[in-house]
Amino acid sequence: MPEATLVEAINLALGRAMQDDPDVVVLGEDVGVNGGVFRATAGLQKRFGAERVLDTPLAELLISGLCVGMAAQGLKPVGEIQFMGFIYPCIDQLVNHASRLRNRTQGRLTCPMVLRTPHGAGIRAPEHHSESTEAMLAHIPGLRVVMPSSPERAYGLLLAAIRDPDPVVFLEPTRLYRSAKGEVEDNGEALPLDVAFVLREGRDLTLISWGAMLKETMAAADALASEGIAAEVIDLATLKPYDEDTVLGSVAKTGRCVIVHEAARTGGFGAEIAATIAERRLSSLLAPVTRVTGYDTVVPMARLEQYYMPSVERIMTAARKVCQFS
Amino acid sequence: MASRRVSQDLPVIARFEVLRRNYLAPDGSIQRPLPAFASDAKLLIALYRSMVLLRLFDRKAVALQRTGRLGTYAVSLGQEAVSVGVASAMREEDVLLPSYRDNGALLWRGVKLEEILLFWGGDERGNRFSGPIHDFPFCVPVGSQAPHAAGVAYALKLRKEPRVAVCLFGDGATSKGDVYEAMNFAGVHKLPLVFVVANNQWAISVPLRLQTACETLAQKAIAAGFAGEQVDGSDVVAMRAAAEEAIVAAREGNGPRLIEAVTYRLGDHTTSDDAARYRLAEEVQARWKEEPIARLRAYLVAQKMWGKAQEEQLAADCHEHVEAAAERYLATAPREPETMFDHLYADLPEVYAAQRRELVGERDA
Repeated sequence: MPEATLVEAINLALGRAMQDDPDVVVLGEDVGVNGGVFRATAGLQKRFGAERVLDTPLAELLISGLCVGMAAQGLKPVGEIQFMGFIYPCIDQLVNHASRLRNRTQGRLTCPMVLRTPHGAGIRAPEHHSESTEAMLAHIPGLRVVMPSSPERAYGLLLAAIRDPDPVVFLEPTRLYRSAKGEVEDNGEALPLDVAFVLREGRDLTLISWGAMLKETMAAADALASEGIAAEVIDLATLKPYDEDTVLGSVAKTGRCVIVHEAARTGGFGAEIAATIAERRLSSLLAPVTRVTGYDTVVPMARLEQYYMPSVERIMTAARKVCQFS
Repeated sequence: MASRRVSQDLPVIARFEVLRRNYLAPDGSIQRPLPAFASDAKLLIALYRSMVLLRLFDRKAVALQRTGRLGTYAVSLGQEAVSVGVASAMREEDVLLPSYRDNGALLWRGVKLEEILLFWGGDERGNRFSGPIHDFPFCVPVGSQAPHAAGVAYALKLRKEPRVAVCLFGDGATSKGDVYEAMNFAGVHKLPLVFVVANNQWAISVPLRLQTACETLAQKAIAAGFAGEQVDGSDVVAMRAAAEEAIVAAREGNGPRLIEAVTYRLGDHTTSDDAARYRLAEEVQARWKEEPIARLRAYLVAQKMWGKAQEEQLAADCHEHVEAAAERYLATAPREPETMFDHLYADLPEVYAAQRRELVGERDA
């Protein structure tokens, strides 16, 4: 199988989806001639034409609103927002329209759109380019929030998102765009949404994460193994709706859980998982569920961002503490 | 238009103009030769009937709200000609994207009165209406349907379908980026899209002079690269003519147009509003002289197309229609609580199916 970076896998999935389904339309700022600021849409306009790979005016609200209108007419729009820090003008459209068009018309109109955006810090980008506010999106009823953590899952989950009959926000871990490499076969096969992936099995501790933080989480699991701690690692992958069964099953087995995300702690998605575990698996717990997260600060600019994002050391410290709790 | 030139020494590189259209004066007399369709008495009477029905329906809806049997409702009083005139120029396959005050357009397009009552009565089934299946429901967040209209129109153009999107909103919406972003995009791609702004002079309590420094709202189209026209929005003949012209042009591939319907909201913003707090009674009283229904009636009577007997029959018909619809609405049982999950996703994810069971369990407990 050929090797691809995560962003190449995105590009492959977009090309495959457009080739398979003439209703798929890609739109956003610079997605056409330029192929996207991260090259996720490179070459697509040449292959599919400027009508289906559409350079929009610089207007994020418009991009999300266009997607709603197109989707209601039966197209499958895939909008790109260049950085997550610019997604906020889209929130009105996501909350008030995309996520509830099916419900408010009782199924008369539907909204099979995808809004893609890079997610997270760690690429020394300018201010407003490093946000990770996935919890805000995961709070919206009727939406799906999906985040791959490898090229293989980027390919399969994006295909699934595009084929899904409901709106999906697809968050792409910017830090992994070029650093994550893996074998990706462009076979048109989707991976299931709403399902968490168990990346590593273990009996002592459950580590749960998503997106770019899986890199540090897996590294921590490797290091913990050398200390004799067998960590199970779960890639949540779909945050809305999230796979409670896999999470709870794992915690029932290990009795200990550390949740890792680079988003700020308060109201972060880790809180949701911790609450679910407390409600439904308290009797299995041998230690308090612990979060390793970004701080409740604005994501610092380049010089300090590495101190903001959870490190392998922070994850290991939390894991050891949880394992030693008695 | 007042001069905006900063120096008389600089050359003028572009000039723009905004035309104003009207046919019927407030007393029903003819201002200029009427468009061809106006010779069709049947059509004019249909427009008249729709406006009368809408006004009676409004009155009933307010009565239902005042007696606790309907939620907040937005009346069309005084601006019936806008949405009725525009909808009458559309084909069924065109796509309507209305604001919450466009009952008249929905009625014309076949939505049932009881469905509109269901919506305002707090039941989503009102949006699963009998009108064209692709029409959008009322849009409550002001102007946020304009980008949808652009998306719809882009889809129509991409598929080379001879259909047009028609997007209605109020004067307040023109202050939002949503509307400008949609117009800008529609201009760039010459989309089959007609924007209609019902300039009823008030955005709740904010008068037009605090909404914009522009002399017209029609000129907002100029910045987006297409034509805007001001129309007497209390003249249903003018509204229909302007909409028809714009829709035909859009269908033929000539791109978008903006119609500013200059009208007046004779009632409150909604049943939750009391316009007497911010608006002088004298102003409203003066505007009653311009309202669209009396205007068209005066014309029809003068042309001997309409008389007292027909008026009485129409009033009786509308009354019966509205009362029957209200009864059907009131007799519609609420949905079962768990149906709130039914259209959340195409297939309900298990985690929410569990919440659905939880709701049923709590209710049954």
